Amino acid sequence: MLTTYQAPLEEFHFLFHEVLHASEQEIEGFSELTPEFTSEILTMGAKIATEVMLPINSSGDKEGCKFENGLVITPKGFVKAFDEIRKGGWAGLDCDPLYGGQGLPITLSLIFGEIFSSCNISLTIYKALTHGTYATIYAHGNSIQKNTYLPKLVTCEWTGTMNLTEPHCGTDLGMIKTKAEPISEGEYKITGQKIFISAGDHDLSENIIHLVLAKVPGGPTGVKGISLFIVPKFLVNNDGSLGRKNNLSIGSIEKKMGIHANATCVLNYDGATGYLLGEKHQGVQAMFTMMNEARLGVGVQSLALAEVAYQSSLTYSKERVQGKSLESDGKFSTSPKPIICHPDVRRNLMNQKSFIEGARALTLWTALLLDKGTRSSDKKSYGLASLLTPVIKGYISDIGFDMTVVGQQIFGGHGYIEEWGMSQLVRDSRIAMIYEGTNGVQAIDLVGRKLNSDGGANIMYLLELVTTYLHQSTVSEEIENEFFVPLKNSLNDLKSALKFFLDNGTKNPNAALAGASDFLHLLGVFCIGFMWVKIVSRVSEKKKAGDKINKFLEAKIVTGRYYMANTLPKTKFLATKIKAGDKILMSLEPDQF
Amino acid sequence: MKILVPVKRVIDYNVKVRVKSDGSGVDLANIKMSMNPFDEIALEEAIRIKEAGKADEIIAVSIGASQSQETLRTALAMGADRAILVVATDDVNQDIEPLDVAKILHAIVVEERTDLILCGKQAIDNDMNATAQMLSALMGCSQATFASKIELAGEKIKVTREVDGGLQVVEVTLPSVISVDLRLNEPRYASLPNIMKAKRKPLEQKEPKDFNVLVKNRLEIIETNEPAERMAGIKVSSVDELVEKLKNDAGVI
Repeated sequence: MLTTYQAPLEEFHFLFHEVLHASEQEIEGFSELTPEFTSEILTMGAKIATEVMLPINSSGDKEGCKFENGLVITPKGFVKAFDEIRKGGWAGLDCDPLYGGQGLPITLSLIFGEIFSSCNISLTIYKALTHGTYATIYAHGNSIQKNTYLPKLVTCEWTGTMNLTEPHCGTDLGMIKTKAEPISEGEYKITGQKIFISAGDHDLSENIIHLVLAKVPGGPTGVKGISLFIVPKFLVNNDGSLGRKNNLSIGSIEKKMGIHANATCVLNYDGATGYLLGEKHQGVQAMFTMMNEARLGVGVQSLALAEVAYQSSLTYSKERVQGKSLESDGKFSTSPKPIICHPDVRRNLMNQKSFIEGARALTLWTALLLDKGTRSSDKKSYGLASLLTPVIKGYISDIGFDMTVVGQQIFGGHGYIEEWGMSQLVRDSRIAMIYEGTNGVQAIDLVGRKLNSDGGANIMYLLELVTTYLHQSTVSEEIENEFFVPLKNSLNDLKSALKFFLDNGTKNPNAALAGASDFLHLLGVFCIGFMWVKIVSRVSEKKKAGDKINKFLEAKIVTGRYYMANTLPKTKFLATKIKAGDKILMSLEPDQF
Repeated sequence: MKILVPVKRVIDYNVKVRVKSDGSGVDLANIKMSMNPFDEIALEEAIRIKEAGKADEIIAVSIGASQSQETLRTALAMGADRAILVVATDDVNQDIEPLDVAKILHAIVVEERTDLILCGKQAIDNDMNATAQMLSALMGCSQATFASKIELAGEKIKVTREVDGGLQVVEVTLPSVISVDLRLNEPRYASLPNIMKAKRKPLEQKEPKDFNVLVKNRLEIIETNEPAERMAGIKVSSVDELVEKLKNDAGVI
C-alpha cells in the first residue's frame, strides 16, 4: 500500500480549542476537556489506529470476508485488531458511565470516528453499528433490556446491526413484509428476510444484537405499522450468559465494489425470538435514533477517506517529477520538477484541502451542537444539528467521493492501479453516497422535512446565527472584502432558494423536490463557507493579539481565501437551478427517454 | 518492592529526522515527540512484574524540559502509579547528559528507597547507552544490561542478556539496575479508561537543585550531519564476480 496517513492532530486541536472553543463552552463535562487532556487521548487513539488498524486495511480489502458453513470470517488480523480496540475501551468513549462508558462528548467521538475510518473503514463500521445499537437501546429500551445489552455493547464484546432493507424495499419502509407474531408480553416470533445488513455476521464478537424492523399483524398499514425488535444471534439467559442460537441464519454475503472487509449479509429470520424495543408501531421513529447517528457518521467516513486521498496525493505530488515548471524569473526550468509546481495539480490539491478542512469544521460544529442539545437540553442547538445531519451525510459524501477521485487523478495512471491504494479509497468511499438513505433521500429529508419542522425554526436559527456573526465581528477591511462580503452574497442565494420553495413548494411539492439535491449542495457549500469565515476570523484575532502566526495558520487564511473565491460562488449557480423548478425536468413522458 | 522507571521524551521513531540547517542539531520544532521505545519496554516489564504480584509500586521519572510531563502522563496511563518530573531545562533542544541524569536518578532512588531500576538500554535520540551503567556505579549496586528476559526469584533476578555472540544469562541481587532491550516484550497501548484515571494520579514536579545536582553540559556538539545517501546498487553476473567485488571493491572479505 502506498497511501499516506497521519492523523491530522494539529488540525483537530486547532478546530476544537481555537475555533470552537470547546473547553470554554458551558456544557456539562466540557471544562475537563483541556488541551493537554484532548491531546493525550487523541495521540493515543491515533497511535492505535495507525499501528493496529491501518496495516490491515489494504490486505483486508484484497482478502475480503469469507462465508463458510453458514458463518462469516473476517480477513486476517481483524479479530486481533478489533480486540485491541475493545481492550482500549475506545468503543465506549461517549457512552454513559452507568453502563461502562467514559461519558466523553460526541464531538470527541466524532474525531475518533474520522481517524479510525481513515485507517480502516471496514473495521470501523463494525464498531460504529455497535454504537448505534447501543444508542437506540439506550434511548428506547426498558431497564431489563438496558442492563442486559448495554454493558456488552459499550465494550463491543457484543456487536450490533440495523435491519431495515428487504429484497423488494429499502427507501419505502412502509412496504416491509417481515412479520412479528406475539408470543408473550414483549416477546415475538420474527419471520422474514433482510438484506444489505452491514456487519450482519462475523467472527469479531461472541454475540450479535440485531435491531430489526417488522410488522405486528393487525397493525396500521404503511410506516405507521412498523415496530422495532431486538433479535440476538444467541439468546441471552437471565444470568447474562449466552443461551441457544436464535432461529436466524445468514443466507449469503454480497460481493461489492468496496468495503470488502465489512460483511454485507442476507439475514433470514425463521421464527426468531425478538423483543419489542420501544412502543409498538413506533419502530421507525425509534430506528431514527440509530439512523441520525449513522448519517452523521457516514459523512465523517467520507471525509476520512478524502483526507487519506489528500495526504497521499500531496505526498505523491511532491515526489513525482514530471514536466518543466515556470520559475520566478519567468522562464521555464531546465529540468522536470515535482508536479506540485503545476497549476492544475495545485487546483486539485487546493480543492481537496479547502473542502476537507472546511467540512471537518462543519462536522465538529454539528457534533458540538448535538452535545449542547443533549447535555444542556438546548432545543435550538439540537434542532440545528438535525437540520445539518442530511447536509453532512449527503453533501460531504458527494464531495468527499469526488475528492478521492481527485486524489486518484493526481496519481495519473498509477491512481488506476490497485497496488497504489488510491482505487481502494474511491471504491470504499462510493457507498457513503448510497447507504443510510441515498443522497437523494437525504435531499428530500432536508427539503421536505427538516426545513419545515417546527415551522422552519431550524433554518431560521441558522440564518440568525450567520447574520449575527457577520454583524458583530469587527474585522480588517481585507477580511471583510475577501470573506464577509462573499458570505453575505451567498446568504442571499440561500434566501432566494428558500423563498422559491416557500412560494411554490406548498402548491406543487415537485417544484421543491426537483431542486432538493441542489439545495442540499447549496446549504453544504454555504455552511462550509461559514466555517471558513469562522476559521479565518480566529486566525486574524490571533494576529491582532500578537500571537505567532505559524505556517499552519498562514495556510488557513490562503486556503479559506481559495474556498471563498472558487467554491462559494457555486451557491449562485445552484440557486438559479433550483428556481427553474420542475417544469422542464418533469416534461418528458417515460417512453420519451 | 518499588520499581523506578526513567522515561525520556524523544523524537517519535516514525518521524524522519532532519538536521538543522546550521548543523547544530536535529530540528525539533513542531515535531511529534513520544516516549523512548526502550523505556516503554522497561515500563511494560515493570507493569507485568507488578501485575504478577511481585512489586507494590511503580514510579516513573522524567528529566528534561517541562514538556516531558506528557511522557509521564503516558506512563501513568500505561500503569505507573505516580510520576516525578524533574525540570532540568527550559529549552526542549537541550539534552541532559547521562551523568547528570544518573546523579538525579541516584538521588531519587535514595529518597524513594527503590530496589529495582528498570530502564531502556539507550534513548533513540542520541543512542548514548550510558545512564544505566553510570547509575549502577553511583549506587554501587549490580547491573544487567540489554535484558531480553527477566525472571524474579526473591532477592535474586535472573536476566537473559543479548550479547554479540548470542544470549548470556546472569544473576543479580537486589538492589539492581537493569537496562532492557527490544525483544523483552511488546508494550501495551494505554487504554482510554486508564488515560482518564491517570488524570488523578500524582505527578510531582522537582528541579535538579532539589537533589543537589548542577546540570551542565560536558560535551560539545561540533557538527551534526545527515547520513550519507545510499549509493545505487549494481548487478553482478556471477558468483565469482560477486566474490571479487566484495574482496577488492568493498573490502569486506
